[in-house]
Amino acid sequence: MKLVGEKLAAARGERRIFEGLSFEVPAGSALVVTGPNGSGKSTLLKTIAGFLRPAAGSLKLEGQFKGLDAETPLAEHCHYLGHANALKPQLSVHENLRFWQQFYAPGRTVDEALDAVGLPGVGDLPAGYLSAGQKRRVAIARLLAAARPVWLVDEPTSALDAASERRFAALVEAHLAQGGIVVAATHQQLGLAAALKLDISQFAESRAA
Amino acid sequence: MIALFLRELKLASRIGGGALTGLLFFLAVVTVVPFGVGPDLKLLARIGPAMLWTGALLASLLGLDRLFQGEREDGSLDLLLMSEHPIALIVFVKSLAHWVATGLPLVLAAPVFGLMMNMEPVAIAASVATLAVGTPAISFVGAVGAAVTVTLARGGLVIAVLILPLVIPVLIFGVSASYGAVEDPAPFLPPFLILCAITLFFAVLGPLAAGHVLRHAAD
Repeated sequence: MKLVGEKLAAARGERRIFEGLSFEVPAGSALVVTGPNGSGKSTLLKTIAGFLRPAAGSLKLEGQFKGLDAETPLAEHCHYLGHANALKPQLSVHENLRFWQQFYAPGRTVDEALDAVGLPGVGDLPAGYLSAGQKRRVAIARLLAAARPVWLVDEPTSALDAASERRFAALVEAHLAQGGIVVAATHQQLGLAAALKLDISQFAESRAA
Repeated sequence: MIALFLRELKLASRIGGGALTGLLFFLAVVTVVPFGVGPDLKLLARIGPAMLWTGALLASLLGLDRLFQGEREDGSLDLLLMSEHPIALIVFVKSLAHWVATGLPLVLAAPVFGLMMNMEPVAIAASVATLAVGTPAISFVGAVGAAVTVTLARGGLVIAVLILPLVIPVLIFGVSASYGAVEDPAPFLPPFLILCAITLFFAVLGPLAAGHVLRHAAD
């Protein structure tokens, strides 16, 4: 399995954000997308997730992943952790995670996922009671509770403390070791041992042209 | 899909969910009318079905704006769009849950409110029956309005204006079937069946249209 983007271009309205972007992420590796604010990191992730249609170029997942056939659209292979955590404050943490687990394909149990992000015992609290960092960690637990091979994470470590950042890096490494793919947009060092790097600002539309 | 349905019901029943808002609004409308009309019991009985229907229609519109807006604000909408379930089915389930949480209580409360309007038992039964088959249509059409206005911060009134023309037929056939049950020679069955047809029609068209709009609202 590998994620391949060829000569991708994305536009927001009339404005081209980037163009001519090609990359290849084989199974078991991470792609860290960097670049200044507004250079299109989030746009790239949203394009891969299928929210935005590429203005040019193509995106595909080559090879197969267990349980998913080649006909399955790319978006259904992906987990998306955006700026918002997708938690309902009225529901308990457990109910929130349980829902996504049932709605997507089940992965680890909810309790295991919460243990993995270092939040055992918050399951019964309403998600609205948690701090910003804790909410982020519950959102990360969602990636574990529901199983999908490709993680698209946008500033995953925002609001996390140093220990949680290390824990997140370990979770990413574990996911990669199982043959998963991670595409991360970030300004911070994620602390991944080996990761492909992509500086998106090189692909900004040339203004002179 | 059952998980989504149960989640919607849970959300509606928790604080800020708004399951009871519609019912309270319905109560307010029906309580105020007899005071406005005055002590003419015959007149009340005559306008009863129409008042029940108007109240239920407006009450169903409340809370529709949150159908997708809440999901969009906290990022859940993106994740729903990425699921393997067709978006039209997701909208269908959400609309159905919206009806169970806000429309069904109106139907169940209608007999009580019918008594307040001095309606005959037959007229009450007919009104409940028409409300039961007619109000789901409002939720299904409403989903389209909610999807179109998902990016507007205060879309509540816009939705009402957008979908009112589409739900007027529901109101007309609902009320005429209710009258048909008590007033000869007006028939009950034909308008009732047309009402059923409208609901079935919107149950298909509404989710398809709303799903299409939501896919493009992500841009």
